[in-house]
Parts: sequence; C-alpha cells; structure tokens
Amino acid sequence: MSTMTREETAALIQEVLEVYPESAREERAKHLTVNDQEVEQSKKCITSNRKSLPGVMTIRGCAYAGSKGVVWGPIKDMIHISHGPVGCGQYSRAGRRNYYVGTTGINTFGTMNFTSDFQEKDIVFGGDKKLSKIMTEIEQLFPLNKGITIQSECPIGLIGDDIEAVAKQAAKTLEKPVVPVRCEGFRGVSQSLGHHIANDAVRDWVLGNRDEDTSFVSTPYDVTILGDYNIGGDAWASRTLLEDMGLRVIAQWSGDGTLAEMENTPKAKLNLLHCYRSMNYISRHMEEKYGVPWMEYNFFGPTKIAESLRQIAAFFDETIQANAEKVIEKYQAEYQAVINKYRPRLEGKRVMLYVGGLRPRHIIGAYEDLGMEVVGTGYEFGHNDDYDRTIKEMGNATLIYDDVTGYEFEEFVKRVKPDLIGSGIKEKYIFQKMGIPFRQMHSWDYSGPYHGYDGFAIFARDMDMTLNNPCWSKVQAPWLKSEEAAEAAVAGA
Amino acid sequence: MALRQCAIYGKGGIGKSTTTQNLVAGLAELGKKVMIVGCDPKADSTRLILHAKAQNTIMEMAAEAGTVEDLELEDVLKVGYGDIKCVESGGPEPGVGCAGRGVITAINFLEEEGAYEEDLDFVFYDVLGDVVCGGFAMPIRENKAQEIYIVCSGEMMAMYAANNISKGIVKYASSGGVRLAGLICNSRNTAREDELIMELARQLGTHMIHFVPRDNVVQRAEIRRMTVIEYDPEAKQAQEYRDLAQKIIDNKNFVIPTPITMDALEDLLMDFGLMDEEDESVIGQKASAEA
Repeated sequence: MSTMTREETAALIQEVLEVYPESAREERAKHLTVNDQEVEQSKKCITSNRKSLPGVMTIRGCAYAGSKGVVWGPIKDMIHISHGPVGCGQYSRAGRRNYYVGTTGINTFGTMNFTSDFQEKDIVFGGDKKLSKIMTEIEQLFPLNKGITIQSECPIGLIGDDIEAVAKQAAKTLEKPVVPVRCEGFRGVSQSLGHHIANDAVRDWVLGNRDEDTSFVSTPYDVTILGDYNIGGDAWASRTLLEDMGLRVIAQWSGDGTLAEMENTPKAKLNLLHCYRSMNYISRHMEEKYGVPWMEYNFFGPTKIAESLRQIAAFFDETIQANAEKVIEKYQAEYQAVINKYRPRLEGKRVMLYVGGLRPRHIIGAYEDLGMEVVGTGYEFGHNDDYDRTIKEMGNATLIYDDVTGYEFEEFVKRVKPDLIGSGIKEKYIFQKMGIPFRQMHSWDYSGPYHGYDGFAIFARDMDMTLNNPCWSKVQAPWLKSEEAAEAAVAGA
Repeated sequence: MALRQCAIYGKGGIGKSTTTQNLVAGLAELGKKVMIVGCDPKADSTRLILHAKAQNTIMEMAAEAGTVEDLELEDVLKVGYGDIKCVESGGPEPGVGCAGRGVITAINFLEEEGAYEEDLDFVFYDVLGDVVCGGFAMPIRENKAQEIYIVCSGEMMAMYAANNISKGIVKYASSGGVRLAGLICNSRNTAREDELIMELARQLGTHMIHFVPRDNVVQRAEIRRMTVIEYDPEAKQAQEYRDLAQKIIDNKNFVIPTPITMDALEDLLMDFGLMDEEDESVIGQKASAEA
C-alpha cells in the first residue's frame, strides 16, 4: 500500500475524531497531528502530558508505576517496599524484566515483592508503626540489603503517614539509606510524574551521600549509563560498547544498578542518558550541582549506534575517538550480516508504534536499518520535549498520536494497515485478532536485548519471526476468505 | 414500631455526648430499646451508660484480632443502663491514620453483623464535631440515620456550626431521605438564648425541639460516670431529658433545612446583641495605627 499524503492523514484524523462528543473532540484533536519535519517546536502541533479523558481506554500507568516500576525498582541491592495494600506491588512484580546479576533473596531483590499489605486497621490507625516493623524484619531476614526505599501507594497520601519521619528514624537504626518516595498513584496524569518524584528522591536522599567521601578513584574516562533499565539485558549490550571504546562505566541506572553506583554517579565525567523522559531531571540536577554534563544517545540499530558512539567519543580525546571507529568497524561485519539476512525479508514493511519513554522515537532508526518505515508513533506519557525530538525522526505526513485512546489506535490501524505494530500487552491481542503482526515493545515480548549491536541481531530476528510468521495467512475465517477472493476476482476482471 | 435512626451533630465541646446519653437514658426509661453508636475516635459516647472510662472500640478490637472480619458482634457490643446497647467505632490517635475510614468500617461491620436487626426502636449516632470528610458523613448516608438533631447553644460559633451542618444535610437530603429533625439547645445561660435558637431554628426551617437548661447536676453525674436520669432520677434536670426524649418520640417535624447566608446569620447575631455592627473603617488597621 502506498504511503498516505498529508491531506489523507489529516482527513483520517478528522474522521476518527468525528465520533466523539464535541468537548472530547476538541480535546483529543490537540493530541493528534500529521508530522511535518519543518515544524521547529512540537507545541505548535501537539499537546501532551494532559489528563486522559474519562470514558476512553487509555494505556497509561500511575506515579507509583513510574517510581517503583521504572526508576527505583531495578536498583537491585536495595529493598523497595510497596507501602499500602498488596495489589500494586504484587501485580507489577517482575513484569518489566529488568535483568540483574546476583542471588535473589540474598544480595539482590529485584524480582521479589515487599509490601506492607495494608488492612482496614492500617488505614484507620496509620501504617507508620507497621512500616518501621517491616524494616526491622527486612534487616533480620535480608541483612545484605544496602538500603530501603518506601514506595507510597495511594492510601498513604490520603491518611498522611509520615514516611519521612519513619525513614529518618530507620536510617539511623539500620545505618543504611532509607528513602521515602511520595509516588502516590493519584498524583499527576500518568507515570511521568512518578519518574520526576523518584528522581527528586534520588536527589534528596542518595546523591549527596558520598560528597565527602574521597575514596573513589576517578579516571578521565568515567561515564555512567542513565535511563537504561536493562530490559532483557539491554544495558549489558550497551555497556560493552562503551567499554570497548575505552570508557569506564561507573554506574548503571537503574537496570542491574546498585546503590553504591548511584551514590558515585556525581563523580562521573559524563552522564549518558538513554531514556530522557524518565531521567532528564536528575541529569540536569547533576549538571547544576556537580557540573557533570549529560548527553542523550541512542543504541537502537547500527546507524544510530554509530552516530551515538561518535558523539560520545567527541566528548573525549582522540584515543577514544579512534577507539569508537574501531568499535564500529569491529561490529560492521556482524551487523551487515544481520542486515543482509533480514532486510530483504522486511524491506518496505510499515510499522506503527505506541509505547512509552524513549522508544516511540529511538527505535525508528533500527527499523530503518532493516528497510522498514515507521508510519505512526506516539507516547503514552511523553511531554512536548519528547515530541520536539520526534518530529525530525519521523517522515513527513506520518501520524503522531499522544496518549492515544483504544478506539483511535484501532481506527488508525484499520486505515493505515501497517505490516507490524509495536505496542503494549493490552494492545497485543486486539491487533493479533485483527490479523496484524504485533511485537510487545515494553518488555521486548519476553525477548531482548534490543540495545547495541548484539541487541540489533535479536531485534531483526524477532521482527522477521513475527512479521513473516506463516500463521498470519491462516487467521482469516474461511467464509470471509472466499468472499474476498470473489471480490478480488471481480476487481481483477 | 419501625426502627428510627438518629444522628447527633454539633460544634465540638457543645455537649453532644452528654445530651445523647441522657436523652437515650430517658428513652430507655420510657421502655424504648436503644443503641448508641459512638462515631468519634475519642470514644466517649457511651461511658455514662456503661459506667466505664472508655469502651473497647470496634477498630481497636479489630486491630488486636488482626482484621475486622475476625470480630464478633458480642466482642464489641456492650449493654448498659436500661438495656441500652453501646458500641464505639473508635479510631486513631490525633494526627495519624484515617478516623473517617474507622467510622465507615465500624458502621459496615455493625450492618454486616446484624446489629440493626435486633428489635430496636432507636439507634443514635454520636458524631465528631465537624463533618471533616466523607467518613463522618457516613451516619447520614442512605439507609442510615434519617433524623438529624443538632445540639447548639446561644453562642456565635455553635450557631455557625449548626448552620454549616445544615448545609451538609441539604447535600445528602437531595439524594436520600435524611432530614433535619430539630435543634436541641444545650443552654450556656446566655441572654435570650431560647428566643435566639428558636429564631435560628425558624430561619433554618426547623424547630427548637427542646431547651435543656444548664444544671450542675449534670457534672456531678458525669463525675460518677452516670446519666442524670440514673444518678438522680428526682432531679429537675432528669425531667428535662425525659421531656426531650418524649418530644423525640413524638417528633414528626422532619425537614430539608434552609441554611442561611453568613449575612443573615450575622444580622441575627446583631439583633440579639451577640455581635456588633461591622465597622469597616477598622479592617486591616494595626493597634499601633489606631493609637
């Protein structure tokens, strides 16, 4: 199918909006746009980070999800207490596939769920005492934990538990950092505020912990990886490239990360930021307070990897710059083989994305390396600085949708007829039932890593395996098939 | 006789608990079967009936037992003077937790355990002074208290509170059957107090159901953790509470109140000399500037 023109895309948006009542239509219209690479600032064409409308299916999370699920949860040697009723922690437990090295339950705790399991009595009498008791028990049962965070669920903000006071007291008794995080789910419009609150908690309770400690021996090549959650091993596939070019990665946030790494981060020469959305706040803070510069990069697909490696190297001396070229060269045969194998099978295929964080723009390059085109993209919880960064990555006249509703997404797909959709678990089965190949792009559909050259090979294989799976020719009901064949015969005549 | 559920509201410290227990004692004396549900974390709504310092509350017992589901009705329901059944919802210390949720949990528990199914004539909810959140409005939600009595006196703040509570009743009256059933004047011996409260009642669209005069026998009884009716049945004050009880039995005056504006309330207070006419020239003037 040929690519849609600007007018056709605009008409499609109007048509999809038509079913809404007037006020909803006006509101949603601001979140849908036809991409125009000429636009300098996305605020001229799209509105984002607003409350979702009642009555539509939205695909967003909450502030707790942003703090516990994204920023804090993967710090592997700390114990993260989901403070409140049991469900928030239990139903999100281990779902994000943040890989880590360690012995779970001994010195790492990533896939475990710690909760204060609120009952009526805890709501009425407050959870403070229970919380300090839990921390004492944690210390007895898991003495190798390096610290504790308290992740507030909704009721905490309503009943006014003084988690800061409990945290301070516990930190004294346990002689370990105890971090209270006010990430009650009702705060903000999506998980995005949770990232910000979690970043602020890092700033206020962790980052300054080793300011006076001079025992850390720096090198001129110390960098950190921020905003990589090591989903399916992403951060490892990234780290190895940086190390190959002679840099020393002194911290990984937060995938496979530790408290000590977090505390030492201000001692880095450069903070490398992968997921801008979830960690730009703390990067800016370190720049202001410690003078550590930060820089965004993109390790999806060989084109973007090479671009990023060169940009990172440009920050350092010629040795590193030469090393970067060597790294690119070293992997060239490997990634070229991947392209040679998969590109012919994927060339010209069209993709629609709807994900969170950095992916709606960052994966575009990887698809393009395989000859594919991203014809629609959008963010669950992006802000306009995300869209600013997206406009140039997307082709003209492609669809951009912010906080897309279930209805809009389905209608867009019906008309745009992409060959592949990359979105979340809630969308997966709907689109598969519509007979459209689908990849779950939050946890890489239980695969990964997708970052780095190693990840690109897996990415390419996964897209091919999904898109060219023979099952797609079998999904149409036989009685519909004959009708279509008849129509085709008529059209062909 | 069908069960009548009544809630007592009023400004903090106005004497809600004392008045409730004395009038309930009066009802019991008249042969009525009554239950008191204390809806205040202080849990002082039943002590004059039980001769106790403070009854074990539903929430305390639930916390001890583990969950509220582990409780039995007989654990929390105590019977005192005149076979009056007593329960206290209980709640947290000031400054922690959620007292409102405690009231909700306690009332739900009583309903689920069938506390209301016994052959009762009256249930009285004695509620914390201010309806600060949804929990304290629980007693006047649908299928709970239908009659609200406001305890007040001829003091300015008590009347403000009565007017505010009326506003709350209007909100719930529009969606349910809750009605204002009258003002109980618990006298503070201010000038023309009865006339003033009668006038306030008139403006609110209700009536002053009874004027309870001030009498030190109430305090003497309280020291002994008793109602006046039990402590000194012959006292004049005992008869006042009996009269109030009888009036409540006979009461048919249930209205959706017509709360008045602040201006109207201030006019009323000025008419009765409780407030001076506002002198706008002094607003924002410091003492130093006025000297």
